[in-house]
Amino acid sequence: MEYEAVIGLETHVQLKTKSKMWCGCANEFGAPPNTNVCPVCLGLPGVLPVPNEEALRLTALAGLLLQGDIPRFAKFDRKNYFYPDMPKNYQITQYDQPSTINGQVEFELDGRLTRVRLTRAHLEEDVGKNFHFDRSSGVDFNRAGVPLLEIVSEPDLTSADMAYAYLNALKDILIYGGISDCDMEKGMVRCDVNVSVRPKGQKELGQKIEIKNMNSFSGARKALEYEIPRQIEVLQKGGKLVQETRRWNDVAGITESMRTKEMAHDYRYFPEPDLLPMVPTDAWLAEVRQRVVELPLARKQRFMRQYQLPVADAETFVNDVPLGSYYESIVAQTKSPKSVANWVINNLRAKLTETQTTLADLKFPATAIPELVGLVESGQISSKTAQEVFAETFATGESPAQVVQKKGLLQVSDTGAIEKFCDEAIAANPKSVEDFRAGKGAALNFLKGQVMKLSKGKANPARAGEILEQKLKG
Amino acid sequence: MAVNEIDVKYVAYLARIALTPAEEEKLGAQLGQVLGYIEKLKELDVTGIEPTAHAVPLVNVSRPDVIRPSLSHSEAMRNAPAQANGLFMVPKIVE
Repeated sequence: MEYEAVIGLETHVQLKTKSKMWCGCANEFGAPPNTNVCPVCLGLPGVLPVPNEEALRLTALAGLLLQGDIPRFAKFDRKNYFYPDMPKNYQITQYDQPSTINGQVEFELDGRLTRVRLTRAHLEEDVGKNFHFDRSSGVDFNRAGVPLLEIVSEPDLTSADMAYAYLNALKDILIYGGISDCDMEKGMVRCDVNVSVRPKGQKELGQKIEIKNMNSFSGARKALEYEIPRQIEVLQKGGKLVQETRRWNDVAGITESMRTKEMAHDYRYFPEPDLLPMVPTDAWLAEVRQRVVELPLARKQRFMRQYQLPVADAETFVNDVPLGSYYESIVAQTKSPKSVANWVINNLRAKLTETQTTLADLKFPATAIPELVGLVESGQISSKTAQEVFAETFATGESPAQVVQKKGLLQVSDTGAIEKFCDEAIAANPKSVEDFRAGKGAALNFLKGQVMKLSKGKANPARAGEILEQKLKG
Repeated sequence: MAVNEIDVKYVAYLARIALTPAEEEKLGAQLGQVLGYIEKLKELDVTGIEPTAHAVPLVNVSRPDVIRPSLSHSEAMRNAPAQANGLFMVPKIVE
């Protein structure tokens, strides 16, 4: 029998705010333990949480970028449980009336446009971080109360690769929107994976198994690559799966049972009495809507369509947003968008890396690269000279035309001048002349090289080749 | 809810409280009384009244995203029964 997997993902991302969700402590990674804490995020008695405006805006913005809806009424609830990293013994989250509902993430998988529907994206708070020692554990509450967005997908995913592609697409969108930095190394993104299998064609879902707290996308993919065949094997052997929570053991490369349904939590959600409901106004939503940006996939498709760029170039401009924006700011000045893209991607990027500078440090005007492309395409300079000109333009800020003039680099296309260099090259290299006449085509390239050398690289190489050939054959 | 419908053992488990059988009986009866008051509210006719999450007629209360001073580390740790390496030490967490 053939089986299929049904996967849903709950992705948690830390929002990019300066301060925490309910208090003014810094939302900052890497500070010494328990230094960004106050009575509110330590859960001391008698405190009152107050929502961070920017976190509310970023949540709504995420809802818009994920093509969801922003309900006109949302509230916070308490999710009750005991765990040392949760000082209040409840987590403030959104239960039945979240800040965003519905939505979708679109991405390419094996070259095909794929869509995963979202159930909701709701706002909650992160918990402290645990450290485990031999006989005890330690807790750092710097992370407690950091705004956390939980994005819940519908069970639309069917494979480990699809889950991986979805997570990456989601991350790209959130980074684009400035919603989260999504830095995995800093634990800014974590996800829970829900996966079940069923015989192909069967309507009812199989027993759902949850894999908790994956802190890398490749880990989530590996866990699914292990877990899906494991479940199928149990069923094929006539076994039964029970609903349970499992943990991914990255070292052993397996999932392990954590708890079964009998031990399931009873969170006793109820409305958070310390926080007032949110009723987004038209004006507030309009303000958030101004921050909506073009999504990565749309940007890629537009770069390919509008500038006729190949996939690789478009992807470079999607991944490096400032570079793409720079390209867009200069491309209108040229008739050769592809050549300008080559210069930006290959030469400009290399120079920036080499000099450890950014686009903000550029000394040359926005007209420089289109001008340089124009000089090459009109045959005024060779593409080799263009490299030299670009290096000078990059270093000094002088326009390519100025550099060409100053250094006398204008390509010589004048037949008389090139003929003179050709004659010199022929006279100085009788052996090569002989070789060419004996049928060795490569000898012509050598002679052409000599002409370029004699002309200090200024001879039009195509013209030089033509003239040499005429002279040798004549 | 009648007293015998309250699973006192389960509620005690959720609250991580260990109760003797005598305490279970006593607290069960008290919880029943509390819920009895709530029962009284059911006598009210609430037809046409929207459920509410909050009794205060206020919405959209928030604060600007501004960093304010945190507690000093030593002040923050003052309540910690045990501490090491700047961390609140707790019995070993087993998942």
